[in-house]
Amino acid sequence: MWTTDRIGGSALCLLAVLVMWESRSLPLGSWRNPGPGYFPVLLAVILLVLGGLVWAMGGGAALIAAVGWGEARQAVIILAVCVFICLGLERLGYRLTMLAALLFLVWLVERRSFVTAAAFAFALAFGTYYLFDTLLRVPLPRGPFNV
Amino acid sequence: MAETLQNLGLGFSIALQPAVLLYAFVGCVVGTLVGVLPGVGPLAGISLLLPATFGLTATNAIVMLAGIYYGAMYGGSTTSILMRIPGEAASVMTCIDGYAMARKGRAGAALAIAAIGSFVAGTVSVVALMLLAPPLASFALRFGPPEYFALLLLGLLVLAYMSGGSMVKSLAMAVLGLLLGMIGIDQMSGYFRFSYGIVELGDGLGVVPIAVGLFGIAEVLATAGQEVPPQVLKPKLRDLLPSRQEWRDSVMPIGRGTVLGFLIGIIPGSAHIISSFVSYAVERRLSRHPEEFGQGAVAGVAGPESANNSATSGAFVPMLALGVPSGPIPAVMLAALMVHGVSPGPLLIKEQPELFWGFIASMYVGNLMLLALNLPMVGIFVNVLRVPYSLLYPSIIMFCVVGVYAVNGSVVDVGIAIVMGALGYILRKLGFETAPIVLGAILAPMIELALRQSLAMSDGQYTIFVSRPISGTLLAFGAALVLLNLVSWMARGLDWRRRIPLDEKGENS
Repeated sequence: MWTTDRIGGSALCLLAVLVMWESRSLPLGSWRNPGPGYFPVLLAVILLVLGGLVWAMGGGAALIAAVGWGEARQAVIILAVCVFICLGLERLGYRLTMLAALLFLVWLVERRSFVTAAAFAFALAFGTYYLFDTLLRVPLPRGPFNV
Repeated sequence: MAETLQNLGLGFSIALQPAVLLYAFVGCVVGTLVGVLPGVGPLAGISLLLPATFGLTATNAIVMLAGIYYGAMYGGSTTSILMRIPGEAASVMTCIDGYAMARKGRAGAALAIAAIGSFVAGTVSVVALMLLAPPLASFALRFGPPEYFALLLLGLLVLAYMSGGSMVKSLAMAVLGLLLGMIGIDQMSGYFRFSYGIVELGDGLGVVPIAVGLFGIAEVLATAGQEVPPQVLKPKLRDLLPSRQEWRDSVMPIGRGTVLGFLIGIIPGSAHIISSFVSYAVERRLSRHPEEFGQGAVAGVAGPESANNSATSGAFVPMLALGVPSGPIPAVMLAALMVHGVSPGPLLIKEQPELFWGFIASMYVGNLMLLALNLPMVGIFVNVLRVPYSLLYPSIIMFCVVGVYAVNGSVVDVGIAIVMGALGYILRKLGFETAPIVLGAILAPMIELALRQSLAMSDGQYTIFVSRPISGTLLAFGAALVLLNLVSWMARGLDWRRRIPLDEKGENS
């Protein structure tokens, strides 16, 4: 029975094993004189035990199928927009990236009129740039043609 | 006592001078604005304005910088409550119930309670700072690496023990946070750990990307696609003020948060960060309705907000009395004082009473100014909730990005926040709490360093943790918490009556 806790516990155990595997290149040191690999391995062992406990005690938790995933599709779209922002920020600059991302979200995802979406995206992208970069001197990336 | 009052009189005679009042006001306004904007935290605000203080007198400079510091702590709650974006670690716990209150139409009440809690905590802790600075500072000096390790471990255990759900799950999340905190250069050996050639990861994962991702972005991912979108709220004037019941429910959390925050704040190091986490956990445990926490419990706003503001004053104790900064912000302020030729330390109070007492008195005045500034602004800030969610969430995403990017000017931080957002969304769906992850990530480098330094001090003897009175007591307290949880878990398991269906017990008959 795949309950939320069983899946969570399994994922934690897997992560713990992965950390142990990745820590193999770090000097472990000794019990009395720990090296840089000591603490990560110790934590991974604790996580493995706790993940196992979560798994063992998780039989009575909610079934994974019973958890509503109705919003997952939009969550993936928003996440993709976030990735676009991350990739575009230093290539296209803050203003163009934000303009495109906000326009996409408001116009295409939220189905607002193009004029509303464009006005909203333009005001927010350029307004926040002015506030942070120009007024507060927090440098934000610029794109082609210094935009 | 008479001497203290006389000195305070001297302080007020300085703090009420027009020029000092003006700089306190400027500091409070800038601090509030800096706090309200996600990403531009108090450290960035103080650092940006530090050069502007070089032309001022030492008193005016420290008064203005302190105004920015506690102004930012006041303002930091605003985006946490209205948008679930924590500007810094201290605001993380306010996000949980503050935002839930906002979604219930109680944003005004949450903001007002946060402002008043901050005011009370700020004022009371200044009294404590004034009376207790020298003796508390010498106590704080007895905190070496073993005591520090024990305290941080206790902080994690308290949070796990007092969280609403399963202690095992909370502890697992705290350990996950500790593992995230392992990423970056090992402070003692210089080894790169889990950085996979990404230079930016050498400094480790920042607190802001983790907190903003786990709270701000995860909230948008979980909410934006819901079949029934969050309704647009139109707060009325009477809704802006807390109800009588909300006042009553806030009094004790504010008191407890104030004491807890101050005591934790005085400890050198960055232990003050845990004050709001511990306060939240304590309030949940002491509440008669712990199930309301996470759903908009006013104590979940009042306690942590008071604790983080009280810790702000507490952090000044070692700085002023010993010249030991208790975190990056007091360190910058210490640098500002040194630029003016002032050396904070045990002799500061005797040698420069005008500066010390002027600073103390200006904190009273600054707290009053902040209350006067923040309460009327509650009505303005809550208008954010009038924006339809289809327009609000793209703005939240944008503020999350700009807030995270602004800290280090690094796009890698934005990537970390996005990954944390996805992780927070999944963990939320699986019923795991995310606050312990943030605490774990903050404490990881400190706790590891304290452990290794302790072992270096004792030539590898683990008995150092139990042989020293303070660390031994703290660890015993931590062990008692684990045992208590174990006993209550076993008692639940042994209670065979819980497993009998209702009809067998005859309750349906």
